Amino acid sequence: MTISVIKTLKRLAAAALFAPTLALAAGAVLHLDKAPVSTDPAALQAGAKTFVNYCMNCHSASFVRYNTLTQIGLTEQEIRDNLMFTGERVGDLMKISASPKEQKAWFGAAPPDLTLIARQRASEFGSGADWLYTYLRQFYRDPNRPTGWNNKVFENVGMPHVLWELQGEQIAKVGEHDGVKSIELELAKPGKLSAQEYDKTVADLVSFLVWMGEPVAEKRKSVGVVVLIFLAGLFALTFALKKNYWKDVH
Amino acid sequence: MTTKSQQLLNWVDERFPLTSTWKEHLSEYYAPKNFNFWYFFGSLALLVLVIQILTGIFLVMHYKPDASLNTSGIPVAFASVEYIMREVPGGWLIRYLHSTGASAFFVVVYLHMFRGLLYGSYRKPRELIWIFGTLIFLALMAEAFMGYLLPWGQMSFWGAQVIVNLFSAIPVIGPDLSLVIRGDFVVSDATLNRFFSFHVIAVPLVLIGLVLAHIVALHEVGSNNPDGVEIKKKKDANGIPLDGIPFHPYYTVKDIVGVVGFLIFFTAIVFFAPEGGGYFLEYNNFIPADPLKTPPHIAPVWYFTPFYSILRAVTYPLFGIDAKFWGVVAMGAAVVIIAFLPWLDRSPVKSIRYKGGLFKGILAVFVVSFFILGYLGVLPPTPGRTLVAQICSVIYFAFFLAMPWYSKLDKCKPEPDRVTFK
Repeated sequence: MTISVIKTLKRLAAAALFAPTLALAAGAVLHLDKAPVSTDPAALQAGAKTFVNYCMNCHSASFVRYNTLTQIGLTEQEIRDNLMFTGERVGDLMKISASPKEQKAWFGAAPPDLTLIARQRASEFGSGADWLYTYLRQFYRDPNRPTGWNNKVFENVGMPHVLWELQGEQIAKVGEHDGVKSIELELAKPGKLSAQEYDKTVADLVSFLVWMGEPVAEKRKSVGVVVLIFLAGLFALTFALKKNYWKDVH
Repeated sequence: MTTKSQQLLNWVDERFPLTSTWKEHLSEYYAPKNFNFWYFFGSLALLVLVIQILTGIFLVMHYKPDASLNTSGIPVAFASVEYIMREVPGGWLIRYLHSTGASAFFVVVYLHMFRGLLYGSYRKPRELIWIFGTLIFLALMAEAFMGYLLPWGQMSFWGAQVIVNLFSAIPVIGPDLSLVIRGDFVVSDATLNRFFSFHVIAVPLVLIGLVLAHIVALHEVGSNNPDGVEIKKKKDANGIPLDGIPFHPYYTVKDIVGVVGFLIFFTAIVFFAPEGGGYFLEYNNFIPADPLKTPPHIAPVWYFTPFYSILRAVTYPLFGIDAKFWGVVAMGAAVVIIAFLPWLDRSPVKSIRYKGGLFKGILAVFVVSFFILGYLGVLPPTPGRTLVAQICSVIYFAFFLAMPWYSKLDKCKPEPDRVTFK
């Protein structure tokens, strides 16, 4: 009797193991391009420049101080000369002059603070950097939107295409495959930059956003290596100590 | 020992049981010599508790439980966590140790509990140790839940909103009870401040008290071991168990190896993957709490998901009361039922080593369904998933409720007289 019970149990366990595959019905899938994130100071500095010139008209980075940018290889004088325009001090936080309340009145919603955007946008479809890299390259003209712009990754986004002068104007070709709507983007009017140059500009900006999300990330990893080497040595030592103490236990 | 220090020790011993306590709990506490890998997790749980308390002390110096918005429109509590991450020297490390420590605590405690299940550590005479342990688990869940609100991110806010709302499903007292828990009609600054108070004072005090009771009760009856036989039954002429060795120095040096081994895994996560792939620090929680914007999918942190699945699996209203209420009852029962194990297990042997295929098979099914429940708890529900969760919930409860019968039916092997030690 027990044997047949065990057999039934084994079958139950096997069935239970496959249950999740049944339960995992396909949901909406977001296709993201892999972002070429760099930690190279030149790329981060270029990204910082794009960020200050284009993003910071509306978005703050209110957890970051200007002089934190010395960590990506800029001097305080360079920061003052190239990245600060409204008479702040170099130790100030990267805030914007408009208050969230005013912005809400103007735009309907206050543009979010971007300090942590690369960490916020991570999902099961890819890293936050992947999302940002895809998002910033997939704006298209849409006359039905109040801003005149729409986005393939972020449908009906409130933000217009701020980098349009650089990228140019894309239009959407809506196709249909087996009842599934698909959008193909096509560059209708070229911008100041070639497609490769624009991708590089966005990649640098995304790299900067990733850095800004956690400026300590590189230091964290290098400290981690030292800690792990130390612990590996300590493990050998404590293991030998244990062996020595236990040799008289039979 | 020099006479001077001997004199000092004597002076203290006449006034405080220092030497006798040291002997009773360490140098003359005899533990079975055959502890295996599973026996590391008790001391590791203690280690993580110390890590959480120490890092917590430093976090409280800089954290501000304040839900009002600063000039940039960011909640002060959220901003103070980022301030710790960016501007407090070493703050990032302290915070990652604490956030990773929360997950590590549950990893270690789940393994520690499973050890008890494997070797029958809850059986007579260790029932009270097990009950204290269950209470520690409950307190730990409360501690983790309230701590998770403090960073005041989207998941903090909406997770608390969902869970506190559950209490309002209790008939008659429910609405008032959830009002008392929140201190407001929605999760707000009042909630944040009372959760902060509970997280840093009330629950840690309870936890430490329970941990002490857990250890005192353990040292009163002595430790179980992988063979599930009592070492106190075979003693030498001096009354020392033949298979026992003094905890200090043998298990202190052994546990230190365990501590360093654990720290290797722990620091690898802290330094190289502190977000734990979105499971230790949820991505949505990097967005400041917004009471007007409900996230499309609210998932609890991984360590709550098996119980959250059980809660969601209950979809039938009973006796005219909302299904939500019975979900809460099921979730509560799923934790409380663990405390009854000592009286549910009727097997003639304690350890899995001498139990039969029936028990092993049922335990395997139980473990698999517990993992499935945990997995489903992170995902948004679909009819298919709810059905699987319902089946697994039934298996979860059946494991406990049917134990008096199958543990008796099981064909066990005879226990040895002495522990096996190679």
